[in-house]
Amino acid sequence: MSVSDVTSGDKTVTLEMLQEQLLTLEQRVEQVEESLPEDKIALIVFSGELDKVLAAFVIANGAAALGQEVSMFFTFWGLNVLKKKGSLAGKSVFQKMMSVMSPDTTTELPVSKMNYFGVGAKMLRKMMQDKNVDSLEDMIAMSREMGVTMLACEMSRDVMGINDDELVEGLERAGVAAFLAESLRSRTNLFI
Amino acid sequence: MNDVHFDDTLDTKGLNCPMPVVKARKKVGELDNGQVLRILSTDRGSIKDFQGWAKIAKNVELLAQETETENGDEIYVHFVQKTS
Repeated sequence: MSVSDVTSGDKTVTLEMLQEQLLTLEQRVEQVEESLPEDKIALIVFSGELDKVLAAFVIANGAAALGQEVSMFFTFWGLNVLKKKGSLAGKSVFQKMMSVMSPDTTTELPVSKMNYFGVGAKMLRKMMQDKNVDSLEDMIAMSREMGVTMLACEMSRDVMGINDDELVEGLERAGVAAFLAESLRSRTNLFI
Repeated sequence: MNDVHFDDTLDTKGLNCPMPVVKARKKVGELDNGQVLRILSTDRGSIKDFQGWAKIAKNVELLAQETETENGDEIYVHFVQKTS
């Protein structure tokens, strides 16, 4: 028995055993640290309605203001939020139909309730303006300024036939694995 | 062209999200540790998807990614190594 060994009861603990235990613990702590969520929030914007998209951007901007890293994954109707114009070029019959019936820019987004062919959306915009709430367009611009990452779902873009030149610049093209890589490390995940 | 050594190739051309990653995951399961799978895809989103997969999964490493052109179409090539 060396000087540094400790005897407790009938068990002798050697320095070597302790070092081994320490190494195992260090490895486990490292694993735990790796799996801890980071200061991140991940939003899935599935909806393409003014009120719901507003909620998404209020949360995105709020989270960015609180120092969180924000990523927004736009899919299906949510892709309409990223459009800067409409185009029928190179689209199939169904894609053209969908394109004609979809908003060409965010200013044409409907509200999810009481839309009445766009009157409801105009009313909501006016009500927000009266209460000094930023418009959706301002909020989107703000979130880009704040460094929010915007991912466009490549699969739904392909299905709906939305052309690249219809979408705003500065988007990342991604799929479910790219989104999950963000969301699995996030503290908060929302599907809007 | 990159000169990454690979042991097997998986063709997912024409397939959309999430199939390239799902099929690659299945194929990697058949490989031995250390072996490298080359995946061909036409899905633009696959670039970020394979990065995301490698970031989260504990048993794969993304060695390289490159883009090739084949008959005017862009082919995204991913080299994934099974690490455990």
